[in-house]
Amino acid sequence: MADIAVPVEITASVWKIEATPGQAVAAGDVLMILESMKMEIPVESPRAGTVKSILVAEGDQVNEGQVVLLLDA
Amino acid sequence: MLGPVLIANRGEIACRIAATCRRLGLRSIAVYSDADAGAMHVAAADAAERIGPAPPRESYLSIPAIIAAALRSGARMVHPGYGFLSENADFARACVEAGLVFIGPPEAAIRAMGGKAAAKAVAREAGVAAVPGYDGEDGSPERLAEEAGRIGYPVMIKAVAGGGGRGMRRVEAAPGFPAALAAARREATAFGDDRVLVEKFVASARHIEVQVLADAHGTVLHLGERDCSLQRRNQKLVEESPGPGIDAALRAELGRRAVALARAVGYVGAGTVEFVADATPPLDAARIWFIEMNTRLQVEHPVTEMVTGLDLVEWQLRVAAGERLPFAQEDLAPQGHAVEARLCAEDPARNFLPSPGTIAMLRLPEPGPGLRIDAGFRTGDVLTPFYDPLIAKLIAHAPSRAEALERLASALDAVVAEGIRTNAGFLARALRSEAMQAGGVDTHFLEGFRLRDAAA
Repeated sequence: MADIAVPVEITASVWKIEATPGQAVAAGDVLMILESMKMEIPVESPRAGTVKSILVAEGDQVNEGQVVLLLDA
Repeated sequence: MLGPVLIANRGEIACRIAATCRRLGLRSIAVYSDADAGAMHVAAADAAERIGPAPPRESYLSIPAIIAAALRSGARMVHPGYGFLSENADFARACVEAGLVFIGPPEAAIRAMGGKAAAKAVAREAGVAAVPGYDGEDGSPERLAEEAGRIGYPVMIKAVAGGGGRGMRRVEAAPGFPAALAAARREATAFGDDRVLVEKFVASARHIEVQVLADAHGTVLHLGERDCSLQRRNQKLVEESPGPGIDAALRAELGRRAVALARAVGYVGAGTVEFVADATPPLDAARIWFIEMNTRLQVEHPVTEMVTGLDLVEWQLRVAAGERLPFAQEDLAPQGHAVEARLCAEDPARNFLPSPGTIAMLRLPEPGPGLRIDAGFRTGDVLTPFYDPLIAKLIAHAPSRAEALERLASALDAVVAEGIRTNAGFLARALRSEAMQAGGVDTHFLEGFRLRDAAA
């Protein structure tokens, strides 16, 4: 098991967090939904694993490249 | 007319409204959030009022903040632009109650056309055909699924209060209905109203809309159509007038329908009646259905201005001040052809992912005969994630459609932007594509073109 950092690809606000710590996820599962420039942008799990921790809260502003979630995979 | 005019918006539309106010000798007042203190639209107006923090709910969507700014600034009229509060009946009422003239239709007309289901009921009354569908009171999943089966798949689920492509889900067959309904409801909740309706989905469709202009003395005119079929995520990127394949007889028929709807709700000012047309040629009035009415100025209004020679913002202001429209319908035949492209901060190669950031450099082509540029941002401005990605609109006008398309493509070629990604090169290639040159493309064209373009 290794920590996998999940970064966001765009400067945005966190609209909705779908994942919860401890949850098992598959590659491609939606972990959270960002909102930027009136568009909803899903953050998908890069691979299968378990959600270890969520580093942001709904309503937070995030910057391109910022790590928002750690995955045990 | 009554000045000053408070412009309750930002970006290119706020700049564009300020320009007309200036030409008419009316003082204009901008509003700005903390993110926009140094914005171009603030510089474009004669004065400016801060209305709150960056998030739209606390500034551009805050009715109390905007009414307070209007009263503080001594404004007599309020222009809402498009988006934000422009179709908010409560805002129209709040303006009137504060003694301000709302530049738009009466509150009742906004409410009558405000929901898609209500608008379809108006259309039924007025004898205008709407897309076959179900918008009844029973919103249970069982009833909606049953109605979808009756209408026939594929169907579209739409948020009653939705817009801009949000809260819409296409369903191919019955098994996919429950999940799509749940997703559409979730998005609908963001509009504060989780009601949805179900409609026939037209597999190959063109988006055709008619501009109407009405005064408070009973005159209702139409200013012809716009074809807005070039879209991504159900949002328009290129619009043109006249619409390819639309002759004078079809224009008169669509105009008749639009005017009937506007009359039915007591419309005053500028508005747009949207239709979906079965794109299978030839265009046939029997296969063109009403979808909704936008009770405001549209983003794409400049193409209509180019072919009619009218300034729609000027006529909004004059009508709001009680003036009569001095034209007759027969004076308003379109002259030449106009095409608009929306220059957006987004990356077509990454499925139109927005590209917020600081505009390190922006060079737009010089406006001139047959080329209009409506910009909202300059070099050094910041495009924040809080607002939409529209940077500027480029509009070309020429005697023929082919010349207008090439003039617009050349203008897009001349755009230089650094620090952000834009869709300029992509749109220029789309305008020069064989299908676009031929005309009459459907609403799926641009997405298919993007995939071919990315592969090339």
